[in-house]
Order: sequence, then structure tokens, then C-alpha cells
Amino acid sequence: MADGNVLAAPAPAPAAVAPARPGALRRLARRRSTLAFVLTVPLLTVIGGLVVWPFFYAIYLSMLNKRMTRFVGLDNFAFLLSRETFQLVIMQSVIFAVGAVVAKALIGFILAHVLHALPAKGQRKWRGMLLVPWVIPPAISTLAWWWLFDPSYSAINWMLMGIGAPPVAWLGEPGWARFAVILVNVWYGAPFFMIMYLAALKSVPDQLYEAAAIDGATGWQKLRYVTVPMMKNIIAITVLFSLIVTFANFDIVRILTNGGPQDRTHIFGTYAFQVGIQSGDIPLGAAVSLFMFPVLALLAVFVLRDVTRRSREMAG
Amino acid sequence: MAQVSLRRVVKEYEGGVQAVKGIDLEIADEEFVVLVGPSGCGKSTTLRMIAGLEEISSGEIAIGGMVVNDIPPRDRDIAMVFQNYALYPHMTVYENMAFGLTLRRFPKDEIRRRVENAARILDIGELLDRKPKALSGGQRQRVAMGRAIVRDPKVFLFDEPLSNLDAKLRVQMRVEIKKVHQTVRTTTVYVTHDQVEAMTLADRVVVMNQGIIEQVGTPQELYHRPATRFVAGFIGSPAMNMIPARLENGAGALRLRLPGDIVLPVPAERTQRYAPLAGGEVLFGIRPEHLTEPKNLDRPNIATFEAAPEVIEPLGMETLVIFSLQGNEVTARLDPAVPAERGRKMPFAADLNQMHLIEPRTGRVL
Amino acid sequence: MSVTAAAEATAAPAAPLYRKVGSIRRERRWALIGAYVALAVFVVFFLTPPFHMLMTSLKSSAEIADLSNNPWIVQSPTLENYWALLNHGSYPRHFLNSVIVTLSTVAITMVISLLAAFALARMRFWGSATLATGVFLTYLVPETLLFIPLFQTIGSLGLYNNLWAMVLLYPTITVPFCTWIMIGYFSSIPKELDEAALIDGANHFQMLWKIFIPVALPGILAATIFAFTVSWAQFLYPMVFLVSSEQMVLTVGIVSDLIRGDTFQWGMIMAGAIMAALPPLLIYAFLMDYYIAGLTAGATKG
Repeated sequence: MADGNVLAAPAPAPAAVAPARPGALRRLARRRSTLAFVLTVPLLTVIGGLVVWPFFYAIYLSMLNKRMTRFVGLDNFAFLLSRETFQLVIMQSVIFAVGAVVAKALIGFILAHVLHALPAKGQRKWRGMLLVPWVIPPAISTLAWWWLFDPSYSAINWMLMGIGAPPVAWLGEPGWARFAVILVNVWYGAPFFMIMYLAALKSVPDQLYEAAAIDGATGWQKLRYVTVPMMKNIIAITVLFSLIVTFANFDIVRILTNGGPQDRTHIFGTYAFQVGIQSGDIPLGAAVSLFMFPVLALLAVFVLRDVTRRSREMAG
Repeated sequence: MAQVSLRRVVKEYEGGVQAVKGIDLEIADEEFVVLVGPSGCGKSTTLRMIAGLEEISSGEIAIGGMVVNDIPPRDRDIAMVFQNYALYPHMTVYENMAFGLTLRRFPKDEIRRRVENAARILDIGELLDRKPKALSGGQRQRVAMGRAIVRDPKVFLFDEPLSNLDAKLRVQMRVEIKKVHQTVRTTTVYVTHDQVEAMTLADRVVVMNQGIIEQVGTPQELYHRPATRFVAGFIGSPAMNMIPARLENGAGALRLRLPGDIVLPVPAERTQRYAPLAGGEVLFGIRPEHLTEPKNLDRPNIATFEAAPEVIEPLGMETLVIFSLQGNEVTARLDPAVPAERGRKMPFAADLNQMHLIEPRTGRVL
Repeated sequence: MSVTAAAEATAAPAAPLYRKVGSIRRERRWALIGAYVALAVFVVFFLTPPFHMLMTSLKSSAEIADLSNNPWIVQSPTLENYWALLNHGSYPRHFLNSVIVTLSTVAITMVISLLAAFALARMRFWGSATLATGVFLTYLVPETLLFIPLFQTIGSLGLYNNLWAMVLLYPTITVPFCTWIMIGYFSSIPKELDEAALIDGANHFQMLWKIFIPVALPGILAATIFAFTVSWAQFLYPMVFLVSSEQMVLTVGIVSDLIRGDTFQWGMIMAGAIMAALPPLLIYAFLMDYYIAGLTAGATKG
């Protein structure tokens, strides 16, 4: 009864009945859980070897000196915190993630509602077009934005000049560059919010709206008292999930500004790349990455809570 | 073809909850046995242990004389029909029925012969190329049975197969199942919570309650000679009336004093049987069909009394009348021609040849 | 549809009695117009970059350089950028590399995920619930957290600047999510179906192969599409681990090969980008429902 048999409560089996049976039963149980274990071995290898182990390795690396010859404890972390550039990275990461996620959530919510109000036939077509930014790999679509923001050939500036406005140095001036990276991220990510909210909207039973209408609710009240409460969970999951992904973004900033001008648009991912890979200070780069961990872990715990709650709701 | 034996079979779940508490049952070859009881009585668990889908905590199950406790379902030579049919949604009807035979590497033409034979028995020959999605509930039910028939197993197991059908189809399929059994004569264990289904289908009915067997018997035995208060109340519809009463000794004969000072004489031939309870409290059990308007008064042991109806339910072929004896609801079955009016006293006749006395403490029917 | 039909039906007979109905219809119409305006604005916003990408890719270098033109319109369309990309340089090589890495990753991912999801959805074993949670948490780990230690590891394995290192690394991004949604799809298969298969004589592999995989095919398709698009779009790992043009994949290769110093060959960059965006766009166009199912499954399944 050692393996897998959590029951452990030994049933008072009458000794007269088939004494060989418990052994055979145990064999059966072992065979089944052994097979299950074998089936999960590849998964465990991937998770263990390429996620869990590198994580602990990162912690170890982050405590070495630049040439990786000496253990320096938390010096790398302390050094980073004392640098103004890194303080800017922390600030920009937060501005980038929060700003982009709020905008994405709002746009996604509005678009989902608007789409949901359309007759079913046209909905598909519009939805198809609105999801395109999400489908194009961001490393590819950011190239288009880069071109749109080009200092001398910017097609956006051409239009601005057309209406008499002065051209903008989109990627050259820190304020505009910060705006630009957020804009591109919003452009890429808003469709995801839209599609998640649309799925959630469709799962709200029509009877609830009919009941609310008969109870005298206005459109706004239906939104406030039916839609939002029913979607609360999905909204939370999507926002938290997007916060994680946006916070840890790399592609957009790397291609669009590469952290410039004057390191003003660096976020953790791109800064870790610059420090760890390009400048060759692996331990310092690892330390930059690890600064993300507390925030990510906190967000992950909340996502997990909400997803578990949701699956329980859907099961019950 | 085979008999099925259950010896002191126990099913205990994690945390020590016992779903089945040591049952003994012998099912003969070619017999149709129905396990019936309320939900949670252990009937499905018992069936699933016979199938090999649940491990047996203790005791043993034998099919065809061979103990099968450690034998996986596929080697027990059984077939099962599930409540939701469990048809494979991606396979046609033909493939669904052939699947078990294919896995056992039967030759192609043998499979075809068997499937077509089963399809003929069940009259689903035209459906063989359809997917389950394109079938009605009744057709799915037939396919599920066909899947069992083609295997020609030692035992058929049915787990509430009709409970997903509407009432009319259920009656029809009930007849169908009985016919199939009469054709293939395979030993059958059938689980249901519907006592009408149990009574109409079974050679023998096993009434289960809270993990134990209350009584095993033919439908007639269960109806006329229930062994326990539970069986008495479970079999028959509307359910048997059970009225608290006092068994009194008077002038060499026994009398029942019901609430409302109604006194009924106990038939003389039962005096000896009931004597030990004389002077005590009992439950007087009588089925509504034995509580009628006064008729056959010339026969022995028919007693009359008066009561005022509280609810009258005309059903067409009969009228149910519910009256109350000091808070104890009693149902009687009257001829629809008898005038009954709410609140007005009228005479009733009790056929005491069909009465039961239940010992309240043990729940035994005497 | 039915709403308007019903409204017309009631509005038709006694007009004065039903005047209110007309106003509801008018309100609806205005709401609908507002909806279309909002949609149009966002469609323009969302489709501008790909549109501009397409226009630029059809221009000659001279036309791009001419500042007096309207940048949004192509004057004399030409395929010379596409032609140049496909016939010279390493663009075809990058494309092929992307295909190799993506297809290998998808195959590996699906084998690992299907096996693991089958075990986790159907066989309870010690730690299986914890493992399922662990899979989900792994899915939330971004690659920016791990690329630096992986850089060391890959280097010590001698796989630096090797295409196959990508095949080793991409599954870390695809496997957790695919396993997670496959657990959800498998769990939604009624338990009676495996019991029926068990009684029919199937062993565990036959059950997976003949019952679970065919029944969960839509889910498998969704997971496959997810794995494909994620692998195709991956940018950080090739950026970190690949250097030479021979080993490079599309996402990084377009820029690294077409920018020589300060000369940006924008026409070719955009043509390369269009072609690189095409595979996921085509999959999306033809399998939109499965694409969206995979997208939304993460939060609703499992």
C-alpha cells in the first residue's frame, strides 16, 4: 500500500477471501500511475529543464561578478538600484505596462460591445478585420510602425503637415517615444481584449437582459448591473494576464526604439538584453530580469486564483 | 451465457464512506435482474463493480464461475449500456457497433455479419452510416444496445438506460429491451430508480437502500409480500398508506385502532401471526387500491369506515381521494363513478386481506 | 433579424396604437449607426500599418525616396522588391529556417502536450493536481525572465548560433499553454466514453488514439494553431542565440540583413515583412474559428 494508494485506510478484509488479491490490486494501481507518470515525463523535462532550472540558475548567476569568478551576494541588485538609468527602467516599465493595459482594456471593451450589438451576419466580417493586428507577429508589424515613425519619411507626419500641424519626432523625443511604444503595444494587444470580452459577452444568457429590461433597467443600468458583474472574472483574468505579458515585453521596444532616446524607453526585457547580452555582463543582466520576478509572481497568483474560481463556477 | 455471483461485496471510498455494505446476490444464467432503489443506494456502484469500472474494496464477484475482482473490464466479457449512451461521436453507427470487435481483431466479414444481425434485431439497418449526432434519442438508445449485442457477451449491464428519454419513448424502449432479452437470452443486470421499469422488466427485482439489499424477489413477491417498510413504501404507485395504529386485544380477536377512533378487525387467520405485537404501537400498511368505495362487502375481511375527502384527483380511469386521519394522509382509489365531494363524509371499504403490519422499531413487515 | 421582423409585424396594423415601436426602432438605428462609425474608426487604425506596409513594398526605391509623393499611395506598382528578396540574399534561407523551426516545434509540442494532457485529465496520480497548476504557472513565465541563464546553458551545450537550439527552446513557450488547453478539452469528454471504450476492450493508448484525439480534434487544431503562430512570431530567442545569416529565422533576419549601416531598404523590408506575415494571416483567414477558440480557451477551459 506504499505507492499511490492514498486511501491507506486498510479495509477489514475477511481473511478467508482471496489472500492474493491485495497484491494484485496494488500492481494494478501501480501500473496505471506508472503509465501516467511516463506520459508526463516529456512535459516534466521541458518544465524542469528549461523553466525551473534556468530560473534558479538565474538567481545563482545574478550573484556573481561580471567575469563570473566571484560570488558577490546581492551587490548586483544594489548596484542597479543605485543607478539612475535603472530607476528610469523601473518607472518606464510600470508606465508602459499600466498605460498600455488600461488603454487596451478600454478599447477592447468598447469594441466588444459594439461588435456584440451588430447583427450576427456582419459581426464575423468586422471581427475578422479587427483581429488582424493580433495575428501579425509583433516583430513584423512593429517594422511597419517603425517606418510610419521614420524621421524623414513618416507617413503620419505627412498627414499632420497636410492639416497644418508641425511634424513630430516620434522616436527622437523621449515623451513621444514613450507614447509611440505604448501606442504600438495598444494597437497590437487591443484585439486580444476585444476577442476575450466578446466571448464573455456571448456567454451572458439573453434572459438576464430580458429580465433586466422588464425590471425597467436602462441600457446603462444593464451594463452596470448585468454585463459587468457577469464579466468581472474574465476582465480580471485578461487584465492580469496582459499586465504580465506587457510588463515582460521585448519585441516592440527593441525594434522601435531599442531603449532610446537616452535609455528613456527601456523596459526590463530590453535593458536586460542590452546589459546581459550586448554588453556581456551576464550576472547584471540576470539581476535586471529577476527584478521582474516579484511583480510577475504576484500577478500570477492573482491570475491563478481567478482562473480557478472561474473553472469552479463553470463546473458548478 | 453465465451466472453472476456477488459475495459479501463492499465498496468503500476514500474517507471511509461505504457505498455498498457487503451484499450477496446470485444471478442465474439467462436471468433478467433489476437493481432498483433511490439515488445513492449503491445500485450503480454495484453495477460498475460487476463491470470492472470500480474496484471492489472487499468480497468477490464471479462471472460464469470465475472470480473477476482483478480482471480488467475488457477481459470480463461483459457489455454495458450507459445512461447517456456514450456513443463515440466521431464514428458512424456501424463503426460504433464494430469498435469492440475490431479491437478484439475479429475478421471483417464476421464483424459485418454480427453488426447487420444486431441492426436487424433493433431495426436500425438504415442508420448504419449516420453519426450519433444525426440520431434521435430513441435511435441512440438502440445503437447503444446494438453495441452490446454484437459483442455477444456473457452479461449485459444496463445503467439507467431509459432515464434520458421522454415518457412515451421510455415505455416503447422498455418493451424493446424486453423483446431483445427474449431473443438473445443473455444474463442481464439492469439498474434503474424507476420502480415501474423494474417491475415490468425484471424476472427478479433487487431493492437496494443505503448500500444494502432490502429484498430480492419476483415483482409479484415484492408487491404482495414486501419484507421491509422501505420495500413496502417503494414498490407500488401511489405508495402504500402507512398509518400509525394500536393493536388491541379484544374478545379473542385482534383489533386495530386507527387515529380518529376508527377500529378495524384483524382477519382471524392472522391472529396468531400478529399476537406477539398485541397491545403495542404498529404501522398499519394498506395500498390505495385496497382502500375503495364500499364494494364486495359479502366477502370476508372487508371493513368499512367513514372519512371526509380533502383532495380529489380524478384521473379518468379512477379517482384518487386523499383524506386525513388526525394529520396522517391516506390515499384511496375509487371508481370514477362514485360521487366524492371535498369535505363531505363518505364511506370507504378496506380490504384487510391485503393489509400489512409493520413493526415501527425494526421496520420489518410481519 | 427576428427582432426587426417582429417590430415590423406589430407596427404594420394599428399605427397610432404602436407609435412607441417606431421610436424604439429609430433609437436602434442610431445606435447601430454609431456602432458602425466606431468600428470604421478602429478598423482604419488597426489596418493602417499593414496597408502602408503593402503600399511601400510595391514601390521602387526611387519612389520611396521622393518626398514630394503621397506616401500612402503607390504611383507605379512594382514587384521588384519581392523579386529581389526571393532571388538574392538570404531571405529564402531565413524563410526556410522559420518553417523548419516552426514545424518541428509544433510537432514536438503536440506530442508532449497530448500525452501529458491525457494523463493529467484522466489518470489521477500522486501530484497530478499540483502538476496541472504548475503547467499553468509555467505558461505565465515570460521568456524575458529566462533568456540570460538559457544563454549560458545553450552556450555550454555548444548550441550557440544553431538553429536546433530554437527547436529546443520554443517548446518552453508553447508546451505549457497547449497542455493546459488540452487538459480542458480532454476533461470535457464525458467519462462514460472512456468507460465504454474500456469495456469495448481498448487499452490506454487505443483510448487516446482512437477516442480522445478524434473527439478533441477541434481543440487539437486550436492548440496546433497556437503553437504555430507563437513559434513563427518568436523574436527574443533568435535575437539572443542566433548570429549568422545561415542560421537566422525571419523575425530577426529581415532587419539584420536589410539594414546595412544607415541604408534602410524600406521597400524590401516591407516586402519581406508582408511575406513573413502571410503564413499566420492565411491560417487565420481559413481557420478563424479554431484560431479564436485557441485564443480564448486559456481563460475559460481547464
